[in-house]
Amino acid sequence: MLRPASAHKTAALGLTPRLGARGWLSVGLLALIGGGGVVAHFAGAPFYVDLATRLVCLAIAATSLNLILGYGGLLSFGHAVFIGIGAYAVGIPSYHATYGDWQAIASYNGFFHLALAMGLSGLFALVTGAISLRTRGVHFIMITMAFAQMMFFFFVSLEAYGGDDGLTIDVRSELGPLSLDDPLQMFLLAFGVLLATLWLVDRLVHSRFGLVLQGAKDNDERMRMIGFNTYVFRLVAYVIAGALCGLAGALLGNFTAFVSPDMLDWTRSGELMFMVILGGAGTLLGPILGATIFVVLEELLSGLTIYWHLPFGALLILSVLFARGGLMAFVGRLGGND
Amino acid sequence: MTESLLKTVDLSKSFGGIEATRNINLEVRPLETHAIIGPNGAGKTTLVSQLSGTLLPDRGAIYFAGQEITRLSPHRRAALGLARSFQITSLLMSMTVLDNVALAIQAHDGHSFRFFARARTEPGLRRRAQEVLARFDLAQRAHAKVATLSHGERRQVEIAVAVATGARLLLLDEPMAGMGREESRRIVALLEGLKASKTMLLIEHDMDVVFALADRISVLVDGALIATGTPEEIRANGTVRRAYLGEM
Amino acid sequence: MDTTLLFVQFLNGLQLGVLLFLLAAGLSLTFGIMDLVNLAHGSFYMVGAFLCATLTYWTGSYIWALLLAVPLTALVGLLTELLVIRELYTRDHLEQVLATFGLILCFDALVQMIWGSEGIAVPLPAWLDGRVALIGSIEVPTFRLLIIGAGLAIAAGLYGLVNHTRLGMLIRAGASNRTMVAAHGINIRLLFSAVFALGAALAGLAGMLIAPITEASIGMGNQIIITAFVVIVVGGVGSMKGAFVSALLIGLIDTLGRSYLDTIFKLFMSTKAAETAAPALSAMLIYILMAVVLALRPQGLFPAKVR
Repeated sequence: MLRPASAHKTAALGLTPRLGARGWLSVGLLALIGGGGVVAHFAGAPFYVDLATRLVCLAIAATSLNLILGYGGLLSFGHAVFIGIGAYAVGIPSYHATYGDWQAIASYNGFFHLALAMGLSGLFALVTGAISLRTRGVHFIMITMAFAQMMFFFFVSLEAYGGDDGLTIDVRSELGPLSLDDPLQMFLLAFGVLLATLWLVDRLVHSRFGLVLQGAKDNDERMRMIGFNTYVFRLVAYVIAGALCGLAGALLGNFTAFVSPDMLDWTRSGELMFMVILGGAGTLLGPILGATIFVVLEELLSGLTIYWHLPFGALLILSVLFARGGLMAFVGRLGGND
Repeated sequence: MTESLLKTVDLSKSFGGIEATRNINLEVRPLETHAIIGPNGAGKTTLVSQLSGTLLPDRGAIYFAGQEITRLSPHRRAALGLARSFQITSLLMSMTVLDNVALAIQAHDGHSFRFFARARTEPGLRRRAQEVLARFDLAQRAHAKVATLSHGERRQVEIAVAVATGARLLLLDEPMAGMGREESRRIVALLEGLKASKTMLLIEHDMDVVFALADRISVLVDGALIATGTPEEIRANGTVRRAYLGEM
Repeated sequence: MDTTLLFVQFLNGLQLGVLLFLLAAGLSLTFGIMDLVNLAHGSFYMVGAFLCATLTYWTGSYIWALLLAVPLTALVGLLTELLVIRELYTRDHLEQVLATFGLILCFDALVQMIWGSEGIAVPLPAWLDGRVALIGSIEVPTFRLLIIGAGLAIAAGLYGLVNHTRLGMLIRAGASNRTMVAAHGINIRLLFSAVFALGAALAGLAGMLIAPITEASIGMGNQIIITAFVVIVVGGVGSMKGAFVSALLIGLIDTLGRSYLDTIFKLFMSTKAAETAAPALSAMLIYILMAVVLALRPQGLFPAKVR
């Protein structure tokens, strides 16, 4: 009775030798991104290495959002706040290590930066999540947006770190033997973190914890009636997602060597949501697909016209009106698996 | 007298001046099947919601296994051993039958903050879930998504989930709602099989079912309990006949 | 403390509050009645400001521009409703959020195509551009008084509309029971379109009123819309009264916080520390207020009675 069940489940996950259309697409996409970045580097096309690195950083952020949005059903519209916190957690210690003051946090140590990014993001998620998760639906959307906007204005008000104009990161994180000034090493680090994040999220959503999270998305009242305090499960997921996105922010800050309030503007959160939904919320690799489409579209359209937001916005509207369930569902239907 | 498993004292709840339940003193003894009957709008669902914790009473108290639970949240009550099935089926529709039951077992098991091990291949949980499904004639449907089940099958899963939580008291809110004769009969047989091991509080319209299953019956009319007794006593009770049974 | 300055700041706070109410009223109506989350509501604020700017130059009169731009913004709202929003009523909140986010991108790009990426200043007629002595020697800008007066008059008008007219009765009935209204043979589609256009016009009016002070600029709606969300959340989703009280409250707290927090901080900390902490905290003040209100009353200060 048990064998066919587990075989069925792993096949649906798309990672067994019997890959469905979605599985092939996923593996192919990851290989394309990973291989593409490396090949571009050795072919002397630094522009494409940069593009791939940005894509991978956004993909990590989108994957973390997918954990709460896709699997937890939480319509968080403030997820970019964690990118900002993560990036400032690199920029501010590095700034003080260069220019003095605040000796307690002044450091170039990358492990410290990453720990700070994840720790602060997780803490912010804990505090704001504890309040916002008391509400549902449209309240939750507006409140997560508002808390993100609060941090936006907080960073704008910090004149010492450039306020509105942002802060240039003169010295990138020092991570043991890695040199993040080298584009290839930067890319490989980000890609490695993406793979690790995917592995982690995959384990999470299939664990006991993950099943409770998904059950609460499906029918919260039923889950409470059988004895789960769904609020706590959601809060834990929210904190994990926040910390993971903080990590993405720390990488993005290192990559661009620049951090500004614009990174956590609420339209950035909207873009992350777009990636998750367009690719396919609640599928492991949907957000990667979504991030890829986003980055490629942005690159293509902004090359064509300065009004690139118009076709982009129109596409978003059309995809909501006509392509329900995301591209992963579409590919799944084409390939015949559910 | 045996000590009661569930007891309410003067339980009252009103909505905008209308008293949906009024001074209800109900007692459910261990291992009895206690039915609550009453005409539509008598306050049956309001009562069940207060017992399961989705509605808080205005006045009065609820005791379960000797402990006051009046203001406890639903999940805490469930953890104490009080499980509810819904009048309108409320299951995890996008998940499989097996998932639904396994999650109920997991809730009772108490180890849900495990983040890495794959829960769907845990032999302990799954085998126990399969056992429950076998008892409820659902083994064949274990891997079907709930959304694809028939109405009758969903009602069966609804009860299976309540049982799988390991609850001591099952609050069954019209388990036969919307079912045909044949399906109803199957549920009655299921419940008969549970009688020996579970205390049940049964809300039901169908008098044949109630008189066949219940050890004791309470009659709810206009938000108040007007009588409690064995099926024979209730049949013989003049007030009940006038207030309720006479209508039939 | 300088009482003149305090009074002027109080009026500024009131002015912000009134503008926030104009925005929040439309959001609250569309959410209460259609169960629609419209992120693009701030776009009507922007469109209103730009239409008003252009019409001021064409007609040579700010007042004429105002009178023409309000129905034009309502028309833009109506078209938006017909083309996109109408499809979203039956969708879940996630889809509404995404589609209306797409609308924002479209509106921002369209406005940029039509009006260019520079902001446009809106000149005021001389009689509005001066100051007027109010109480004793305290002088306040005439135009700000007009904004507050217009805002309060519209709030009163909305109150009358919702509570004493047939449309208002339908609005209230629709908010509490959609099927009931439909069952009485009322054309729900028409009602929804009308309410959406009304909300757009109110948001547009807010943009027109602020344009002479700040000028019309791309994306001007994208910041204030979040503040309007805070107003809604604090006031209670779907409640007009809540939106009004909380709009004024938030307008005042935000304005007074920005002006006086450093003075207050200097009472008990060093000047340098106060000058760092005060701007940071005053920028966060209304969000902290929101967090406190939610922690104590998750449904907001005045939750709508029926939902």
